[in-house]
Amino acid sequence: MSLEVLAVDDSRTMRDMLNLALTSAGFTTHLAEDGVHGLEVLDGLEPNVIITDINMPRMDGFGFIDAVRSQEKWRGIPILVLTTESASELKVKARAAGATGWIVKPFDPSKLVKAIKMVAG
Amino acid sequence: MSDPMEEIRASYFVECEELLESLQDGLQQMDDGHDDSETINVVFRAVHSIKGGAGAFGLDDLVKFAHRFETAMDEVRAGRFVPDSAAIKLFFQCADILADLVRAARDDAVIPESITNPVLDTLDEMVGTSEEVEEEIEFAPMVLNLDLGGGGASGLPDLPGLPALSGLPDLPGLPDLPGLPDLPGLPELDSALPLPPASPAGQTDNSGNQLNHFRILFSPENSLYSSGNEPLYLLRALRDLGEIKVRCDTSTLPGLGDLNPENGYLSWIIELSTEENQTTVREVFEFVDGLCDLDIATADDTALIAENAVAPQPELTVTAEPDTSAARLPDLVPEIADILPDVTPEPEVAPALDKEPEPMDTSTAEYDAQSAAGAQSSAKATPTQPRATVRVDLERIDRLVNLVGELVINQAMLSQSVAETSLPQNSPVQTGLEEFLQLTRDIQESVMMIRAQPIKSLFQRMSRIVRESSAMLGKDVRLFTDGENTEVDKTVIERLADPLTHMIRNAVDHGLESTADRIATGKEPVGHVTLTANHRSGRIVIDVTDDGAGINREKVRQIAINKELIAADAQLSDTDIDNLLFLPGFSTADKVSNLSGRGVGMDVVKSAILGLGGRISISSVEGKGTTFSISLPLTLAVLDGMVVQVAGETLVVPLNAIIETLTLTEDDLRALGPQTHVVQIRGGFDPLLDLGAELGYRAPKDSYIGDIVLLIGQEDGKRAALVVDAIEDQRQVVIKGLEASYGRVAGIAAATILGDGQIALILDPVDLVSEATGRTRVPPKHLSIAG
Repeated sequence: MSLEVLAVDDSRTMRDMLNLALTSAGFTTHLAEDGVHGLEVLDGLEPNVIITDINMPRMDGFGFIDAVRSQEKWRGIPILVLTTESASELKVKARAAGATGWIVKPFDPSKLVKAIKMVAG
Repeated sequence: MSDPMEEIRASYFVECEELLESLQDGLQQMDDGHDDSETINVVFRAVHSIKGGAGAFGLDDLVKFAHRFETAMDEVRAGRFVPDSAAIKLFFQCADILADLVRAARDDAVIPESITNPVLDTLDEMVGTSEEVEEEIEFAPMVLNLDLGGGGASGLPDLPGLPALSGLPDLPGLPDLPGLPDLPGLPELDSALPLPPASPAGQTDNSGNQLNHFRILFSPENSLYSSGNEPLYLLRALRDLGEIKVRCDTSTLPGLGDLNPENGYLSWIIELSTEENQTTVREVFEFVDGLCDLDIATADDTALIAENAVAPQPELTVTAEPDTSAARLPDLVPEIADILPDVTPEPEVAPALDKEPEPMDTSTAEYDAQSAAGAQSSAKATPTQPRATVRVDLERIDRLVNLVGELVINQAMLSQSVAETSLPQNSPVQTGLEEFLQLTRDIQESVMMIRAQPIKSLFQRMSRIVRESSAMLGKDVRLFTDGENTEVDKTVIERLADPLTHMIRNAVDHGLESTADRIATGKEPVGHVTLTANHRSGRIVIDVTDDGAGINREKVRQIAINKELIAADAQLSDTDIDNLLFLPGFSTADKVSNLSGRGVGMDVVKSAILGLGGRISISSVEGKGTTFSISLPLTLAVLDGMVVQVAGETLVVPLNAIIETLTLTEDDLRALGPQTHVVQIRGGFDPLLDLGAELGYRAPKDSYIGDIVLLIGQEDGKRAALVVDAIEDQRQVVIKGLEASYGRVAGIAAATILGDGQIALILDPVDLVSEATGRTRVPPKHLSIAG
């Protein structure tokens, strides 16, 4: 059984890269452009992991995590935040919003996969 | 198969152009006084996303610049810096440099830091950010080392130890996870102790590598679970580092009645022998740092912990918080009863049946259930793609455009053949052909739509030209744009860039007066240049307007005389004088400025526009300003034409140039000389041109009474009446350029193939009229405004 991952990022390049790294690792990958789209895509899914960017139009990563966590069925889904900052302030904020972990951009695909495995087996 | 990273890289640069566009838009809005958070966010995100991708491709220069720009924008976003118009100007400059850097990165070029750094320093100084933040950036270009052939979960090259990504319960290989779920119960936990005497540091494994020994006490807090973390996976990650022995401390697990399914009661003691160092071990717990009590001891300290470990259970509770959770439990019990059915229980809170449970076994069952549910949901799920767009090679589109062109010709030929069979109008063939005609048109329009793009990208480039040239000339200039969403053929947009750039420079340099002069004449100090685009009767019209001093016609005239472009006594209308600007070698600048004196004159602009099948005209009011108007065909591929006969030749006249057609009567004609006539139409007089004679097909006729004329109109209102022998048809024709295979012919725009296979020339009526009237110098070009 392959892991199912939802990746949310408003940058097409970043989505392409996530898609490449994730599918190459054998994960079933779903992509969304922002928080609102992410919730649409998530509807009917129960991915093993969600990866989300923070700065996005319409609904940013914090809002998205909040919306995901507010649904009983998605409460336990590990959520990794994509961030260009390694600053601890942002991690604290991400965690406060309900994130499970974080990936610092630019990401190394093997680290990405490792992080996913870390939170989703 | 092409390199997927190369493809993403190419698409990154396409995305960058879009981001740069929204960056420009956002800054423009800020400049217009919008300071709402979304506007600022758009700007921030654009820079941020450019940086993100640049980092992935190791484009260090771009990352550095974008990072500092982003940092500044973050200050704005956070409200710590409120930009004034000077700051926004600087942001624009940064956006320009960012655009340069993007393009340089794309083309493997380098932009020296001597250009980027001063701007950044000014930026930092103004915003109050410092350079040191730069150190935070991690340059780690994404290197994909993919096992593309393998596919599936097995494509994980550097993650040994997990035969499949399936959930743990499915794994038969649990033996190498001693102490975890399949441990029957606590007695055996005890029997697993004492742990093998902690081997001294420095012991080596079979391969001869140095082994480090760690004893890890891991006691999750409740918040660890609510953040979506899972101790099991952390243990597995540890297992991937080397040999582990795990024991679970269940001593604080309450009875079912007291159990809060949302809380965690377990902690773990892990013995790890690994080649990795402590930092790597600690990294496993990166995400749960602060969400658990964690103690990682190296071999040196092991003895102490081992002592603890052999101690009776209660003392094993390392740092859990049994007291607080226990205290809260009674209050929570009713609520738990309410929510229990809906809750997916956390593994470690799996039903503990009584005080002597076998917690690990039941939690294993939970995992089975969970993974089964996971499998189910993944089976029904289909991967979702982002909203669909397709990137297509321009060549493919061009091929399609060509084929559609052939289709149009073919359809015309078929129509002609059918017409020759004299089938009744209502025959199925005729009606079918009608539909075919309609479809062909639809297909053609759709194909043209593919090539069309909003002219916005071009306009944005112009805003930079205005900024740069006004800065260089010390003028204060604002660019206004309108109709940015007007769609124009991609090729036209590309080929318009140079002429438009020159026109904009011209407007800033020559069109607008100096600030002092503006103030002196009571004008607003800030000069305005307006760029507009719109569709007008099947053409694109682009106007470049300045609110400067207007054309000084006396000066233009004097220059033209000095340069012997016109005779000293030439009688010229205002329009004639204005048009002198388009003559080769004409320059009105007294001193050659940096900007305009580049050897490129308006004549080059004009020929570039003509090359696009377009026209350019000027209107100027002294003291008020000047407008240059470019009119372009919507597409370079087809046009609607009127097929006419002249001296036995078939010609096509673009329909959009024709105002009306009429048959001449004696009253319409006025002779101005032996071979010069004007036509009086609705109160206006327009020159009469015999097309056959103009093109050299025949000598001018003596009388044109009863002949058919096409009244041709131009953007500037100039008109002429073209004499033709007969009008055959109106139809769409495919433009086949002459310039590539033959050369430019005055008065001829292109050629086409008609339905009967005949080749016909397509007239450029306006060019023809200018040529002809320029030559014959018919004095009253347009005596009054018609209609």
